[in-house]
Amino acid sequence: MSLALRQVLAVVRKDLLVESRARDLLLSMLIFAALSLIIFNLALDLRGAVVREVGPGLLWLTIAFAAMLGMGRAFVREHERGTLGGLLLAPIDRGTLFIGKLLANLLFLFVMEAVALPLFAMLFNLPVLTPLVLLITALGTLGFATLGTLFSAMAAHSRAREALLPLLLLPTTVPVLIGAVKATSNAIAGIGGGPPWLGLLLAFDVIFLTLSYLLFAHAIEE
Amino acid sequence: MAEPQHAAADLAVETSGVCKQFGPHTALEQVNLALAREERLAILGPNGAGKTTLIAVLATLLRPSAGALRVMGYDSADAPAEVRRRIGLAAHQTYLYPELSARENLLFYGRLYGVAGLEGRVDELLHLVDIYPRRHEQSGRLSRGMQQRVALARALVHDPDVLLLDEPDTGLDQEHLELLASLVQGRAIPPRSVILTTHNLERALSLCERVAVLARGRLVYQAASAALDHAVLRDAYRRLAGAAP
Repeated sequence: MSLALRQVLAVVRKDLLVESRARDLLLSMLIFAALSLIIFNLALDLRGAVVREVGPGLLWLTIAFAAMLGMGRAFVREHERGTLGGLLLAPIDRGTLFIGKLLANLLFLFVMEAVALPLFAMLFNLPVLTPLVLLITALGTLGFATLGTLFSAMAAHSRAREALLPLLLLPTTVPVLIGAVKATSNAIAGIGGGPPWLGLLLAFDVIFLTLSYLLFAHAIEE
Repeated sequence: MAEPQHAAADLAVETSGVCKQFGPHTALEQVNLALAREERLAILGPNGAGKTTLIAVLATLLRPSAGALRVMGYDSADAPAEVRRRIGLAAHQTYLYPELSARENLLFYGRLYGVAGLEGRVDELLHLVDIYPRRHEQSGRLSRGMQQRVALARALVHDPDVLLLDEPDTGLDQEHLELLASLVQGRAIPPRSVILTTHNLERALSLCERVAVLARGRLVYQAASAALDHAVLRDAYRRLAGAAP
């Protein structure tokens, strides 16, 4: 196994171990997602065709805000505890560090979605537990988590870090969110995820991954 | 992989004209430093003199605004990973994850450095810094002095050629100050190059072969410890740093 791969696994394993004991990141995402879906369901009382039109938007709104809550903590926690310096001292390529942090963020988001999707299906009575919707969710989450990891590293250095992440992340992930909502709507309506929406999601994932990998060193250092 | 520049390879650390600006504030100005292999240098200076900034630049945590840094012949701009591989840093911040035990912290950092035979190396270091009986306790529950000892072990986990110690005595009791001395002087571990910052003149003279005074971001004084006694160093410090040590 190459050193880079061992370093990625070390970062992921460390983040999982820290979270399994701190329980502040995943728990806050889970509670936020569950509460949001329950409140949407009670407050909007959607029925019939309207729920098919509005439902995917509510689902992705919930995922996006819950993800921001969790990812915002990813580097802030490293920064506040002073452990970011320990990571940066190590001879780990910054792109490798990015991949490690991204994979850990993705795992946390997938756990949150493993709770949010069945809850959404139950509350809104929509068929979101299908392979196509799961694929769309995975691609949308990848795009969101990629930029989220990059921007949370940038925001961690700022005094206004809590406000900065949403200000950076929401506008830049608009293509991913639109693609995910449209593809989910189509999948629920039984007309497939795309083209063009599934392809668009995939394209943005590739672009965001490449850019974030290359820019991460500038975001994390100094 | 980058090759070391052989002209400078006999020096462990070499800085030439290193400057560091934070906006309008000059933290370091034209710092020229040369440290031979296995040499020990103590850097003294009042608060705000730039000691921690200099250590952060030497550790590659901060990029110099101007000038160059070479460690074991590797230029920090061209081969930062090679420089990082050769440096161990113990500072005010322990860089320990409070939720992880002392052992888990060392294993994590050892994996980042690709240390071979890691488990054995970690246990050896835990014995060395006298933490082995409490190795499974979460670091956040250890006392400050114990955390500092784990931080010293973390700095040594990859057996670096150069040890950077930024006021490493934080929280250490008398017994473990002796441990620190044995680490710095290469009695408990193989000797290596050491740069140590401290406010304690006695400790600087007793631990290091050379002392330097940093004031307002400039290295204003350097001398061999053997040629100094406490009174001479204190007078030089007062005169050049403009403050009592």
